[in-house]
Amino acid sequence: MDYERQQHAPIYEALERFRKKRVVPFDVPGHKRGRGNPELAQLLGEKCVGLDVNSMKPLDNLCHPVSVIREAEELAADAFGAAHAFLMVGGTTSAVQSMILSVCKAGDKIILPRNVHKSAINALVLCGAIPVYVNPEVNAQLGISLGMEVSQVEKAMDENPDAVAVLVNNPTYYGICSDLRTIVKKAHARGMKVLADEAHGTHLYFGRNLPVSGMAAGADMAAVSMHKSGGSLTQSSLLLLNKSMNAEKVRQIINLTQTTSASYLLLSSLDISRRNLALRGEESFEKVAGMAQYAREEINEIGGYYAYGMDLINGTSVFDFDVTKLSIYTLGNGLAGIEVYDLLRDEYDIQIEFGDICNILAYISIGDRLQDIERLVGALADIERLYKKDSTGMLSGEYIAPAVVASPQQAFYAEKESLPMEQAAGRISGEFVMCYPPGIPILAPGEMVTQEIVEYILYARDKGCSMQGMEDPKVEHLQVLKGGI
Amino acid sequence: MELWYSEFHTGNVKLSVRINRQLFSGESEFQRIDVFESEEFGRFVALDGEIVFSDKDEFIYDEMVTHVPMTVHPNVKNVLIIGGGDGGVARELIHYPQIESIDVVESDKMFVDVCAEMFPDIAQGLKDERVNIYYEDGLRFLRNKKARYDLIINDSTDPLGHTEGLFTKEFYGSCYTALRDDGIMVYQHGSPFYDEDEVECRKMHRKVFRSFPVSRVYQAHIPTCPSGYWLFGFASKKYHPLEDFRPERFDDLNIETWYYTTNLHRGAFMLPKYVEDLLEEEENSL
Repeated sequence: MDYERQQHAPIYEALERFRKKRVVPFDVPGHKRGRGNPELAQLLGEKCVGLDVNSMKPLDNLCHPVSVIREAEELAADAFGAAHAFLMVGGTTSAVQSMILSVCKAGDKIILPRNVHKSAINALVLCGAIPVYVNPEVNAQLGISLGMEVSQVEKAMDENPDAVAVLVNNPTYYGICSDLRTIVKKAHARGMKVLADEAHGTHLYFGRNLPVSGMAAGADMAAVSMHKSGGSLTQSSLLLLNKSMNAEKVRQIINLTQTTSASYLLLSSLDISRRNLALRGEESFEKVAGMAQYAREEINEIGGYYAYGMDLINGTSVFDFDVTKLSIYTLGNGLAGIEVYDLLRDEYDIQIEFGDICNILAYISIGDRLQDIERLVGALADIERLYKKDSTGMLSGEYIAPAVVASPQQAFYAEKESLPMEQAAGRISGEFVMCYPPGIPILAPGEMVTQEIVEYILYARDKGCSMQGMEDPKVEHLQVLKGGI
Repeated sequence: MELWYSEFHTGNVKLSVRINRQLFSGESEFQRIDVFESEEFGRFVALDGEIVFSDKDEFIYDEMVTHVPMTVHPNVKNVLIIGGGDGGVARELIHYPQIESIDVVESDKMFVDVCAEMFPDIAQGLKDERVNIYYEDGLRFLRNKKARYDLIINDSTDPLGHTEGLFTKEFYGSCYTALRDDGIMVYQHGSPFYDEDEVECRKMHRKVFRSFPVSRVYQAHIPTCPSGYWLFGFASKKYHPLEDFRPERFDDLNIETWYYTTNLHRGAFMLPKYVEDLLEEEENSL
C-alpha cells in the first residue's frame, strides 16, 4: 500500500474544489443545492444537499470513469490489495450480483453454501444459472450454519466438474470463516473462479490477527460492504477484482443494472472511508475487537447467555472466527433471539443488528464507546433478571437441507398458485421465504416445500421474526408452482 | 472587556453568565470539563458546555437529594452515590452518624481531581473515612450488587450525555436489585418545562414507575438549570416520602441547611398541575 498516496481522497477533494467555484446549476438534480426543497435542506443540512450533484467533467462519471473516480478506484484497489476496485452505489447486493453475472450465464452451475444472502440467489434468477448447494455443518446448540468444510466443497466440485465458480461467505453474519485459501487452491486447480461475499468482512483487509481477506486468499472477486464495518454511507459498497479478471468486462456487467446517476454522497463517503481505513484502520479495528472481547466476557458472566468467539474454531467448518462480531446465544434463558431483540428495542431503547431463533447479533464498530457497551451488557443482565423463562419446547434453529427441483429462474417465471402455508408441503416453492435480517433463505424459488420447513416458517413468524420474500405479507399463504416442472 | 459563557437550554433559549476568567479547561476520556469564575454564581463547572453546579446554587441540589430520603428511611447504613465526584452529596450525608459507608462511583477521575482543586469546600465531603471512591462505570459497578444498599443517590445530571446509561431501564433495574428490601433510590428527574426536557422527564417516570412499588416526584428551584425548575425522583421499595416522613430524624441532628427544611419537605411533593398531569399520564399509559 502506498501510504503517501492514500492520504488523498480525490472525489472528496474534487467536490471541495467544485463547491468553492459556486457554479450556477442548470442541470439536474432539480432541487438545485436544496433551494427547491427547503424541508429536505433543513433535514439533511445545506452542506449535504449542496453535495448532491450530477456527474460532470470535473467530478467524473461512475459509468465510465477517467479522472477522479478512476483515481479513487485505484486507491481503493491499492488499499485493499486488489488489482482493480469498483465503487458501487447499489449496495453490496449489486456487488454480489455483478460477481455472479460476471462468471455465470444461463445453465452454468455455481457452488454455493446454503446460508448465502438472497442477493446471490436473486442473481441466479436473473442469469439462469443453477445453484449447487454445499450443505454447511450446523452447530446443534447454537442453531447456526457454520462455514463450508473443504471436504464438502471438494465433493461438490467432483460431482459437478462443469461448475464455473464457487461462492464463499467470508465471514458469515455470525463471524464464521471457511478455509478460503484451500478452497481457492482446489477451485483454481479445476478452472473454477472463487467469489467472496465479504458483506461482513471489510475490516479483514485492515485489522491485525483477523481471518484472511478474499483478495489475500487469492479469490477472483470480492464484494465488500464498506457501509458496514468500513464506515461509509448505507448503500455504498466495493467490488474487488484480482488479476485473473478482466476489469473492462466486469464494468460492462455492472453497467447493465447500475444507475447512470450515481450519488456523490455515496461516492465521497466511499472515498473518505477508504482513506480512513488505509490510514487508521488497523488501530480502529483493534479497538473494536477489544470492545467485543470485553462485552463477551461480561455477557458470559451474566448466566444463561453464551457470547461465542474463538472457542468455536474446529479447523474445518469453523476454520477461523472474526472476533469483532458479537453474537450471543440466548436460548439458555428461554428466550428466542428475536424476543431479546424486541425487548432490547422496546424496553431499553437499544437497537441491535438482528435476532434469529437462538441468537442475537450486536454490531460493534468504530463508532462505539465503552459506555454504550455497558448499556448493552446492563440491559442483557436486566432481561435475564426480569424475563428469563423455562427453555423447554423452544425450537432450535436447525439447518434444513434444501432440495432444488427447478432452477431459481425457471421457478421464478413459472405459473404459480397460492396455497395456505399448512397445505404447501410436497409442492415446489415459487418464491423466497426468509427472516430479515439476516436475509438467508429458508426456501428459495424452485425448492421442495416439506412439512419440516412449513413448521419452521410458522414458528419463526409467531416468534416475531420479520418475514420477507413472500407475496402474502401475513405469511399465511405460499406461492407454489402449478403442477410439476 | 466582556466575556460571556452561554449555554443553550433549548434551540431558542439560552442562559448567559458573565465571566471573570476561565480557571480550567480539559478534555477527559468522557467529556470536556470547564471551570469558570463569575460575578453572579461564583465558580461553576460546565461539562460538555452545560453547567453542572455553581458555588451559588449547589447547596439546593445537594441538600434535596440527601435530606429528603434520610428523613424517610429509619436506618440508613450503606449509601451508594452514582456520580457525585464533586463531593457535595457526600458532604451532606456525613452529618448522619448512623451511616456506616458511602460508596461513590464516578467514571471520570479528571472530574474528581478538578473539583478537589477548584472546589475544596465541597470536595471535603469525600475525605470522610466512611467514603470510598470507585472510578468505574456506574452500570458496571451495579451489575453484580445484590441487596447491598439502603440508599442509592443517582447524582448524574445528563440523560443525553456520556452518563445516559444511568437513566435507563437497565440502570433502574440494577438499582432495585442492589437495594435492600426497604431501600430508597433518589435520582435526577430533569426539568419538565421545555418540550425536549419534558420528553426525557416522562420517559424517566415511566421507567421508574414500572420498576419500583413507590415512585414519587419532588421539586426544587435551581437557577442554573434549564427554566430554573428542577425535579427529583423518589423511588422506594417500601417507604412513602410523606407517610413515612419523620421530621425529628432531621431536627434532632441540628444540621445546618440553606434550602431544606422539614416544612419544605412536604411542600416539595406538592407539584404544579401540569407536572402532576404529565406524570399521571405516564402512570396510566401502561
